[in-house]
Amino acid sequence: MDILQILISDSFWAAALRIATPLIFGVLGALICEKSGVLNLGIEGIFAAGAMAGWMAVWLGAGLWGGLLVAALVGGFFGLIHAILTVPLGLSQHVSGLGVTMLATSVSYFTYRTALPQVSSPPKIVPFQPLDIPVLSDLPFVGPVLFQQTAMTWLALVMVALVWWVLNRTPLGLAIRAVGDNPDAVDAQGLSVYGLRIGAVVAGSALMALGGAFLTMSAFDSFFFGMVNGRGWICIALVIFASWRPGKALLGALLFGAFDAFQVRLQTEVGAFVPSQIFLMAPYVLSIFALVIVARRAEYPGALLKPWFKGQR
Amino acid sequence: MIRIEPRDAPSRWWTIGVPVASALIALLLAAIPLMAAGANVFEAYAQMAKGIFGSKFAFTEMLTRATPLIFTGLAATMAFRAKLWNIGAEGQLYLGAMAAVVVGTGLIDAPSIILIPIILLAGAAAGAAGMAGPTYLKTRFGADEVVTTLLLNFIILIFLQMMLEGPLKDPMGMGWPQSEPIVDNAILPQLMPRMRIHSGLIIALVAAGVAHVMLSKSVWGFKLRAVGENAAAALHAGIGVKRTMMSAAIVSGGLAGIAGVSEVAGLRGYLTTDLSPGFGYTGIVVAMLAGLSPIGVVISAIFIASVFVGADTMSRAMGVSSYLADLVVALSLICVLIGGFIARYRITRTNKGGQ
Repeated sequence: MDILQILISDSFWAAALRIATPLIFGVLGALICEKSGVLNLGIEGIFAAGAMAGWMAVWLGAGLWGGLLVAALVGGFFGLIHAILTVPLGLSQHVSGLGVTMLATSVSYFTYRTALPQVSSPPKIVPFQPLDIPVLSDLPFVGPVLFQQTAMTWLALVMVALVWWVLNRTPLGLAIRAVGDNPDAVDAQGLSVYGLRIGAVVAGSALMALGGAFLTMSAFDSFFFGMVNGRGWICIALVIFASWRPGKALLGALLFGAFDAFQVRLQTEVGAFVPSQIFLMAPYVLSIFALVIVARRAEYPGALLKPWFKGQR
Repeated sequence: MIRIEPRDAPSRWWTIGVPVASALIALLLAAIPLMAAGANVFEAYAQMAKGIFGSKFAFTEMLTRATPLIFTGLAATMAFRAKLWNIGAEGQLYLGAMAAVVVGTGLIDAPSIILIPIILLAGAAAGAAGMAGPTYLKTRFGADEVVTTLLLNFIILIFLQMMLEGPLKDPMGMGWPQSEPIVDNAILPQLMPRMRIHSGLIIALVAAGVAHVMLSKSVWGFKLRAVGENAAAALHAGIGVKRTMMSAAIVSGGLAGIAGVSEVAGLRGYLTTDLSPGFGYTGIVVAMLAGLSPIGVVISAIFIASVFVGADTMSRAMGVSSYLADLVVALSLICVLIGGFIARYRITRTNKGGQ
């Protein structure tokens, strides 16, 4: 009975959507990169960089939207490093991505520590507030779940539609999908393989950084070391789960958010009998499980991980 | 028109020169964040040097820090050579440490000469199991091992917390989540009186030597490299690709597990959740900087350990964040990647339209 009560409560679904929000940004970002043929393991570090940069900008006096812009630019910058290393230089996407994660994380931590040497409690900003739309926010169930989220959750949902539209309904999207599948054909069309891939990785990384920024500018109001806590890696698993489709990516992130919100609530029910760590482990175990189920059927973009050099067939 | 074309086999000078130059460039680039932090750059470098070479103690501390990095660097090397992306050395290290604690805190009573090999084997087995799992998921279900090993790191660390608050908790630990101390007979002997340096370093050096011989002189090493360079061709040549990958996984995970044993039985004496400040991840940089050569791993582990120990000293003396060390480590990885490109390819100009 208790479980049913959890599943029909509005606070549960509101929490699920809130937990899913950074993952939606992250999965979309990783999806764009991979559609163009580039795996971006820089995601975990770019999350940290977005979280730090967006928060820091607001703390220094920028507006919240200005902070998001800063986060996106910083994410794009680290994406550019990964793109240069993996696209024109054709270096190992795995190793380069891990390098970018280490670089982005250490730059963020170093910058934060340098700007704020040993503070007793982390300083706070005024984060995005829950929307308060007349009538809509007061609707039963739908109001709390959808219309009392922050603007960033809505931005994430808009991004799902935008990424779907660009990838599936525009010539640019066709070119991005083609370059991740058959770069020779794109080259034969006279389009720049390098340009498309670099652009996709930079744009995808900017989206990832927004996912990080959600953590410090909407979910919480300050920056902590280690706050990303594997969310980036979970996004990499979710992209495969979503078969590189924006709609399924949204679904995957929501399922994940629902599961995470559920385990927190279940914990209060049965916490006396089961160690809390079992629940903490669950999201990561679930990600591996999802990966194993879909792995055999996954249709990877044809040229994913494969470097391409102009003039070499 | 600019063309990128492969160079003939890079000479010995390139293979040694690139990592050395990368390390130096990364160290020089550290001047930028140092200046940004408002520190006197020359004094900062002097403090770092002092932290490594300033005293016998400082130097042995650096070697103590290098010890786990040699193991995790070797772990990454053996896996990456087979193109098996083991990013889970951090978790495997903790599995090894947990096994050492299970076996080495009183379960078995034996003299050192027997007990130390037992805990090393237990740790290696636990680490190997930690990598065999994801490798099975890869070869059986096609699940990407990068993602599974990365996620396992988190799972294992949470599992460790659970164990340290439950079955492995020291009842005399004043409520802290830490394990019982390793029994005296299982402690790896110190190498010098009053210094923390311990015989884990000797084991690490032997492991590097054995790894070198296995990789470049044995049939197994040949198969491993063949699978890594071209799995399809290796399969065609009759090499059991899945078996070879699994054996690489076991060796790689085993080495990471021994890193955990060495830290817990050589240095700390008991297990906590902060046993490793990311030795598993740093091992990847160590391996790349070494050009995936086991002997090179020893040298690059010493370099990376110097960066960490030197930056700690500098940080204490000058108040600059010790995250500078992580920054230098990340920069050296990126520099060595670019350097590897320069060594393998050359950029030439050709006449437009001409072949």
